[in-house]
Amino acid sequence: MGVRERERVGRHRRGFLRYGAALGAAFVGSHADPLYAQRPENSSPTLADSTKKLGAPVGPYGERARFETAVRRQAKTPTNESSWTFTPLEDSRGIITPSALHFERHHGGIPILDPAKHKLMIHGLVERPLVLTVGEIHRLPAVSRIYFIECSGNTLTEWEKPTESGVQGTHGLTSCSEWTGVPLSLLLIEAGVQNGGTWIVAEGADAAVMTRSIPLEKAMDDILLAYGQNGEALRPEQGYPLRLVIPGWEGSAQVKWVRRLKVVDKPYMTREETSKYTDLMPDGTARRFTFVMEAKSVITTPSGDQRLPSVGFYEIRGLAWSGRGAVRRVEVSTDGGRNWSDARLEEPVLRHAHTRFCHPWRWDGRETILQSRCTDESGYVQPTREELVKQRGLHSYYHNNAIQSWKVSASGSVRNVHA
Amino acid sequence: MHSVLVVALAIIYISPVSGQSPTYGVGREPSPQEIRVWDIAIGPDGKELPEGGSTAAIGRNVYAAKCAACHGKGGKEGPYDVLVGGFQSLTSARPVKTVGSYWPYATTLWDYINRAMPFQAPGSLSSQEVYGITAYILYLNGIVQESETISAQTLARVRMPNRDGFVADPRPDTNGLGKAGRAKPAKR
Ligand code: HEC
Repeated sequence: MGVRERERVGRHRRGFLRYGAALGAAFVGSHADPLYAQRPENSSPTLADSTKKLGAPVGPYGERARFETAVRRQAKTPTNESSWTFTPLEDSRGIITPSALHFERHHGGIPILDPAKHKLMIHGLVERPLVLTVGEIHRLPAVSRIYFIECSGNTLTEWEKPTESGVQGTHGLTSCSEWTGVPLSLLLIEAGVQNGGTWIVAEGADAAVMTRSIPLEKAMDDILLAYGQNGEALRPEQGYPLRLVIPGWEGSAQVKWVRRLKVVDKPYMTREETSKYTDLMPDGTARRFTFVMEAKSVITTPSGDQRLPSVGFYEIRGLAWSGRGAVRRVEVSTDGGRNWSDARLEEPVLRHAHTRFCHPWRWDGRETILQSRCTDESGYVQPTREELVKQRGLHSYYHNNAIQSWKVSASGSVRNVHA
Repeated sequence: MHSVLVVALAIIYISPVSGQSPTYGVGREPSPQEIRVWDIAIGPDGKELPEGGSTAAIGRNVYAAKCAACHGKGGKEGPYDVLVGGFQSLTSARPVKTVGSYWPYATTLWDYINRAMPFQAPGSLSSQEVYGITAYILYLNGIVQESETISAQTLARVRMPNRDGFVADPRPDTNGLGKAGRAKPAKR
């Protein structure tokens, strides 16, 4: 009953069958899956062939097991260069997103930047304008921090009616990495911000020359100028060789391929903070500089497109995060929101990072609805969709952090619904 | 010893923001010329705009040649982003956010075309061309006259229809309570 054999079973059931391994022999002994014992490899004592011949030799750069198939999925967008891909959250383990599966959002494709040639300029309202090479930035005191990055467009298809079938499509524009870099405050102090400097304009070296205005206060607080991701250099699609990481704020402000930081006395009202990434309200006004990603959670298993193979025990698992700091509490409802119980928060529980939650559940075979609700350290509670729509109408597009509902049918199939 | 202290105090005194004298001495200082070449961001007061100016009448041909294939002859036909029209639509069931109906600053249009358009050849336009196309898109939206010169001096003064349409972020705007209402209300 090794994990290896189980990897051969269909994709939809895969997530759940793996739970057997974690639950220990007692539970697996009473395995509820009727197909399990019928498989020849589970009734015969034959040892695996892999012990009878040498395995593959050592290699320079690892690849995942050939049986693992989780991939990013691209959204339907008019072009492939201004487009986005979703992280397969249903297959994610723990809180770190593999760099190769981190969601993407680019406005002009992924540039190829040679770190030997790339430079960062810091200028504007500073005492001493600076041009730094990537090598010089590597020499400065560095920190590593685990932070989520969520696109403010995450869940944008779900305002009016359930649209995406699975959690990859509904919530896959969030990912979490360990980022390594230099606190931006260090470089701003190095350049010497002048009185009157209140914002920075950050500019990327991609074909969109992506540009955002960011309050200086946040830059002096906790913004990172990152060059490392999960123990190695940033991936090209994550901004190689330099990007901003802005804890808890919307992804689009975290300018990738960053080449220039100008200290200024007001926001510059770039296209990406006026035409886009502003939230239109029912009265026709639009909110701008809606940076904070408010508390949000989602159950990743069981989630849409999956199927519960039988009645019995399941561990409900999911992710929670908040742009206002740490997740304090996640509650789970297995009856469509009538009753809520506290989920267990898996360590580590870090500020501005994905937090894994788990909740034991015994499915009785009846139709029901699964939901999760997150509370963060500020006391903010993840709202229902009705509450959000009441405040913001149906056209604000960004920042949908509503409670997600997954409906389990009597057949065990799970789908996205509005409850 | 005493003189060292005096010098140290003097440095602290003359540095404009205390504690902001360089610590690591990394990097080099760019020349003013280098900064000028890099500094393409145009703020809402337009002070970084390069010298020059043009009209919609002149910009019309450049737009037809370099933009119309993707944004339509009149800026409305697509296939990509609609640039013209959508007035009065923001409160409707189908808001159409365009340069004319939504964008609060004309400087943003100049800045964005200059840095990112045409999509497949960004950074390929001369600043005169950008002035002309900017004027033309504003003209198509009924914001400027066809013969009006849009220049480094006049662009920031163009009043966009939705200039006052933007508000600060008031969140948290939900009451902080979920359906069951068990948790404490949100605080700022
Ligand atoms: C090859 C197709 C193509 C061409 C040619 C092109 N554009 Fe675009 N344009 C796009 C795409 C695609 C976008 C959306 C980019 C994004 O998603 O960030 C866009 C966006 C824009 C926007 C922003 C729209 C908004 O509402 O935010 C403006 C303004 C614009 N283009 C102007 C121009 C001008 C002016 C030209 C001619 C100089 C031009 N474009 C040529 C494809 C094109």
